[in-house]
Amino acid sequence: MPNPLSPSSTFGSFVLIAAVVGGAASAFAYTAGWFSPNRLTPARFVAAFAPPGGPALGHRRNHAKGVCFTGFFEANGAGTPLSKATVFTRGRYPVVGRFNLGTPDPAVLDGTVRVRGIGVQIKTPDGQEWRSAMIDAPFFAVSTPRAFYALLIASGKKSDPSAMKDFAAAHPEIGNFGAWAKSAPFTESYAEERYNSLNSFVFTNAAGDDHVVRWSLIPAAQAVTVPAEDLNKRAPNFLEDEIAQRVAGGPQHWAMRVTVADPGDPTADPSKAWPVGRRTLEVGTLTADKVIAEPDGPCRDINYDPTILPTGIRTSDDPFPAARSAVYAVSFDRRTAEEGDYPPTAQEKQK
Amino acid sequence: MIAPLGRFTLPQRGLHWLMAACILAMLFIGVAMVSTVKPAHLELVSLHKPLGIAILILALLRMGVRLASGAPGLPADLPAPMKLAASLSHYLLYALMIAMPLIGWGMLSAGGTPVVLVGGVRLPAILPQNGLLHAALWSAHQALALLFFAVILLHVAAALFHALIRRDGVFQSMAP
Repeated sequence: MPNPLSPSSTFGSFVLIAAVVGGAASAFAYTAGWFSPNRLTPARFVAAFAPPGGPALGHRRNHAKGVCFTGFFEANGAGTPLSKATVFTRGRYPVVGRFNLGTPDPAVLDGTVRVRGIGVQIKTPDGQEWRSAMIDAPFFAVSTPRAFYALLIASGKKSDPSAMKDFAAAHPEIGNFGAWAKSAPFTESYAEERYNSLNSFVFTNAAGDDHVVRWSLIPAAQAVTVPAEDLNKRAPNFLEDEIAQRVAGGPQHWAMRVTVADPGDPTADPSKAWPVGRRTLEVGTLTADKVIAEPDGPCRDINYDPTILPTGIRTSDDPFPAARSAVYAVSFDRRTAEEGDYPPTAQEKQK
Repeated sequence: MIAPLGRFTLPQRGLHWLMAACILAMLFIGVAMVSTVKPAHLELVSLHKPLGIAILILALLRMGVRLASGAPGLPADLPAPMKLAASLSHYLLYALMIAMPLIGWGMLSAGGTPVVLVGGVRLPAILPQNGLLHAALWSAHQALALLFFAVILLHVAAALFHALIRRDGVFQSMAP
């Protein structure tokens, strides 16, 4: 060795090296959350969705039961003053969508699920895409992702009657959702539902002006209510069977309505509907013209991450889309790894 | 006295320290973004993608410079196992610098997620959409990220060992 050191100086150097490496490793572990058992991580969120027996492997961790459809979005051009996104310029753009039920159980009886949803992926020829996952509730159950996590934990404590009471006391906004869940009629078809983005997003037009908006899909089909006492008597898959049959008989349509927030509206809180009378705009029509069962359908491997947006739409101060993106990613990572537990049936038949 | 080992060329030293900053930032951004549901998640993801592509470009450039300029030799008295460890860990670092961005890009492609860089620039998919492929690449990306950080810690420890204890000129050959 060219430059031998005294033993004490060598020891000091080793201590310094250990401190540098140990400090870096600790900072990394801290950043990763390994020292933070209470950090609300996407993995903990996903775990909270799981029923007591564990998640249904190979399926989405929530909205696990669904059916694919294809069709198109026909923009009428009315959206371009609000957003420069290509998807709003007059034209017809292909859609891969999914009708679904808000449940972690893919084997659930259709009639028993309160929340129904739709996922849409709209692609434009310039390579951009817009993914949106909407539900039929007019507002969300709670104000923040952390409150939603607390709701999942509280509602999982079936043996503790005070859990939900305590939750409702701490998060009074759930009252509105509870009232909706109790009173809103159940329709007999996915085609008769109105689906709402609930979250707000920012539209930017060609001049660079921003508008905070929410959007909804308004069904062309007239709603027919299923009496509450009949819901459990319907076939287990009556919604999937009905939509397949209905679309086979003719394409189904929804108008896409954009609602523009006024200054001061609660853009960050999806549990609060905006006051009536806000400016609304119909920007186009969604058409479903083919329904395909999920195992072999084009929607099965799509993660309907609501932050996959074209230029001209971006996330707002609403904290949910970021949380949804993080949580959906974990759900997607898990279920794609579990494909063997939910194999495409076409492949099975070939074997 | 510092043994006359020679130094890496200025472009090599510049690339090394620039990439050191990028890669360390990248690894911290990576573990942070997958551990939070806060709005920072999206901001970190939107940094992670362009930074990954930047690292890929820099790594390819650096490999070219390395092939053209070579590297100063290790001290003659360095024990053979340490020479082997030095050589293997550098091959591993180069492999990870190039593989990690490609695996990440491939994983997004297989998952059907658009790869959007700054200014709305979109990269094409480099793999067909496939669930199992996505899952395999995701696992690889995660495992190799941890390996990458571990190898970097080893690299830092070895560099400081050369600088503080052996004082054999190896650290000076790459010092800024």
